[in-house]
Amino acid sequence: MASEAERAQAAASTRNAWLLSTPALVLLFCAAAGPLLIVLVYSFLAKGDYGGVAWNFSTDGWVGILFSRDIFDDTLQLADAHLTIFWRSVKISLLTTLITFALGFPTAWFIATRPPKARAMWLFLITIPFWTNLLIRTFAINEMIRNEGVVNSFLQGIGLISEPIRMINTDLAVLIGMTYVYLPLMVLPLFAAIDRFDMRLLEAGYDLYASRLQVLRHVILPIVKPGIVAGSILVFVPSLGAYVTPRVLGGGKNMMIGNFIELQFGQGRNWPLGAALSIALLLIVMIALIFYVRAATKGSNPHG
Amino acid sequence: MADRSFEVSRLPGFAATAILVFVLLYLPIITLAVYSFNAGKSIALWEGFSFHWYANAWANEAVKSATVRSLIIAFAASAIATTCAVMAALGTTRRKAFRGQTAIYMFINQPLMVPEIVTAVALLILTGVIKAWTGYQGLWYLIIAHAAFCVPFAYLPIRARLEGMDLSLEIAASDLYASPWQTFRHVTLPLLAPGIAAGAMLAFVISLDDVVITEFVKSAGQDTLPTYMLGQMRRAITPEVNAISTALLGLTVILLTAFFLLTRKKS
Amino acid sequence: MRKTLGAIAILMAGTSLAQAEGVLQLYNWGNYTSPELLAKFEKETGIKVTVTDYDANDTALAKIRAGGHGYDLVVPSANYVPIFRDGGLIVELDRSRLKNFGNIAPEWMDVAWDPGRKFSVPWQWGSTGMAVNTKVYGGDINTSAIFLDVPEELKGKINVVPEMSDIVNFAIWYVGGEACTEDTEVLKKARDVLLAAKPDWLSMDYGATERLANNDWAASVNWNGSSMRARILNPDVAYGYPKEGYPLFMDSVTLLADAKNVDEAYQFIDFIMVPENAAMISAFARYANGIAGSDEFMPEDMKTAPEVVTPEEFKAAGNFLPTCSPKSQEYLTAIWTELMK
Repeated sequence: MASEAERAQAAASTRNAWLLSTPALVLLFCAAAGPLLIVLVYSFLAKGDYGGVAWNFSTDGWVGILFSRDIFDDTLQLADAHLTIFWRSVKISLLTTLITFALGFPTAWFIATRPPKARAMWLFLITIPFWTNLLIRTFAINEMIRNEGVVNSFLQGIGLISEPIRMINTDLAVLIGMTYVYLPLMVLPLFAAIDRFDMRLLEAGYDLYASRLQVLRHVILPIVKPGIVAGSILVFVPSLGAYVTPRVLGGGKNMMIGNFIELQFGQGRNWPLGAALSIALLLIVMIALIFYVRAATKGSNPHG
Repeated sequence: MADRSFEVSRLPGFAATAILVFVLLYLPIITLAVYSFNAGKSIALWEGFSFHWYANAWANEAVKSATVRSLIIAFAASAIATTCAVMAALGTTRRKAFRGQTAIYMFINQPLMVPEIVTAVALLILTGVIKAWTGYQGLWYLIIAHAAFCVPFAYLPIRARLEGMDLSLEIAASDLYASPWQTFRHVTLPLLAPGIAAGAMLAFVISLDDVVITEFVKSAGQDTLPTYMLGQMRRAITPEVNAISTALLGLTVILLTAFFLLTRKKS
Repeated sequence: MRKTLGAIAILMAGTSLAQAEGVLQLYNWGNYTSPELLAKFEKETGIKVTVTDYDANDTALAKIRAGGHGYDLVVPSANYVPIFRDGGLIVELDRSRLKNFGNIAPEWMDVAWDPGRKFSVPWQWGSTGMAVNTKVYGGDINTSAIFLDVPEELKGKINVVPEMSDIVNFAIWYVGGEACTEDTEVLKKARDVLLAAKPDWLSMDYGATERLANNDWAASVNWNGSSMRARILNPDVAYGYPKEGYPLFMDSVTLLADAKNVDEAYQFIDFIMVPENAAMISAFARYANGIAGSDEFMPEDMKTAPEVVTPEEFKAAGNFLPTCSPKSQEYLTAIWTELMK
């Protein structure tokens, strides 16, 4: 049983935790999570004639997520279009996360193992391209992978291919673009985690384990884990709702969930459905995140 | 020691991958930079060298003020977001599990979980009411909105840094009768610095990039560079915007180089 | 340093400036307002115009509706004017303050979306049609079959702009229906035509000017002004007016109900109805305006451009999209969602 003093200390610690978090919580309540209550309310209203909502209670928005009324025979059917869109978004986001990790981990490692002075420079080099705007960057990617773009010209020039490979407006293009756009979101948290890693541990690791792979698994991975968790959240979750990149690079032929929600608030003029879709997405991501964070921090819980 | 750690830390293929990543990262940017010197109006067909678009951009008041506005918002918002994120990270890591921990974590990361358009619509309705009620239509709406969605981007790297960070130095400091603030200022903060730098940089570029929320929250005359460009995209992107981006890029590189040269001299 | 601080202070103060004398807040489509026009207006009247951009009618509508926006003038497309009007978002224009009102060309006076031009004055108008690279495809381009029953040469090389009401209505006309129809038989046919054609499309995107010019796309459903700019860069690009029916658009300047700079707004509206000034608007974005007598001030290349001057034989097929009823809007969205899944 905990002593009186220990309990008091724990209470003080909890109080401090809340106090320190307060500014962030207040800020988010005012300008992010709080306003979402409006969206929640909207999801239970009827749709307005020309966008917006009508102030009558309605569950049409929520029903509309899974079912759509067939416009021709007026029967309620499972909305397979919505499921297709959702599944495509999950697939592309997962792939993006994996690829950014495969490229980002070696990069973060490389940066973290530079001499301290050079480290800051390499770190800046990662973020500099992002001083150009997202639209411009996405557009630049499109330029590169065109039939007459740099990549194809180069491959043709060295005689590797005779006909240009068509990349623009394919799922591959979206993947390339998303990887490009989200890469620093993976590299920076990974770097922050690797950088605090004492390289002397590696030596000990080499003494203990025979192969590099084993060292990677038993010494490096556990310590880098928080960085992997942070990085994959930062990549996966926003890419699920990505809008600009899929539209520009995918050629807009196949929607992702972000585009679909945007459609409801824009040309589709069905705000309640848009609102219900958003809240549903929020809940799904939140539940997935809770499981992910729980599983990821299990066993590596900091002792201090 | 530096040499040895370099040896030990070398993992096969890592350096090569990293270099490849950097090359791929810069290739498109350099292509764009080159085309900003194109004489023609196209950003795909090369028609000769010219400073034409830079002159144009410089003469274009709308582009200039949008750029300055973007930078002001990004600086202010990333400063606020990073401060909040550091405090929250200190509050939520390196403690025994407590009631509400997961709730705070979820709350802080909430902006990541919904597509921007949703937050944007919610903020539009909220700020519309406030603007009509108070009559204030200044830049603070945008700064606060940006700061809010930048918080998780700053928080996650800082938290990753803080988690499992060695406590012994801090305990030693407080054993030496350093006040909590002194301990924080002279021990924790320096240890945390790389995480803060990573978080602040992320917050800054995320703010600089934002289109959707800005589009819905901005008042009259408050175009930022991205919203200005979005308006252009419907018809075609002009090399003018390309020139601005390149100029901004060039400015960053110059400033950073100067910064490195100066700090090198000191040490 | 102080100068910088001053500049920052002004920026932070935001639109507290807007209430000052001699300013005007114009909310317009991006890349649509000639800077020379604004400079000339400022020189003549001393009024400084600040332009803020939007990229979709629905965005503009949502923002104006939310209130507290600070804009004076907005430039909605034809079928949005009634929505703005019926929502009480714009006000009737006081004609006594517009001495150039009579310059509006007769055919643009009594328009369906604003009978008698009580609420709006013309800004620019144009059409949506087929831009085709004639080197790739030599057949008839004055038909929607270009994208609804794609010719062999264009398969996998054609782009379709992601404009829901334009595209679905193209299909409705193609199968013989009327725009914004609620006839489910017609809608079903239109849907089937679209679904059957989609696999032959390369993409559904904007930015056609560039990509027609650099041969990324061999054809695109596109706006006439953009097609003209593409043709200037690439002479192989021609513009077709589908005989089955094609949408016309006109964006019109309207005065917002909560405008603060009303006097300045009237001066600006009056200013753009001067033929010479209207020609400046057109010269910038390459679309026609609705002001009589502006032709003689137009740039030479626009006076004869087949994209801007609609050939007589194709004029009849051009239609303004009406403001669709909420019911028909629901149909359009359902078809669109199925198309884009």
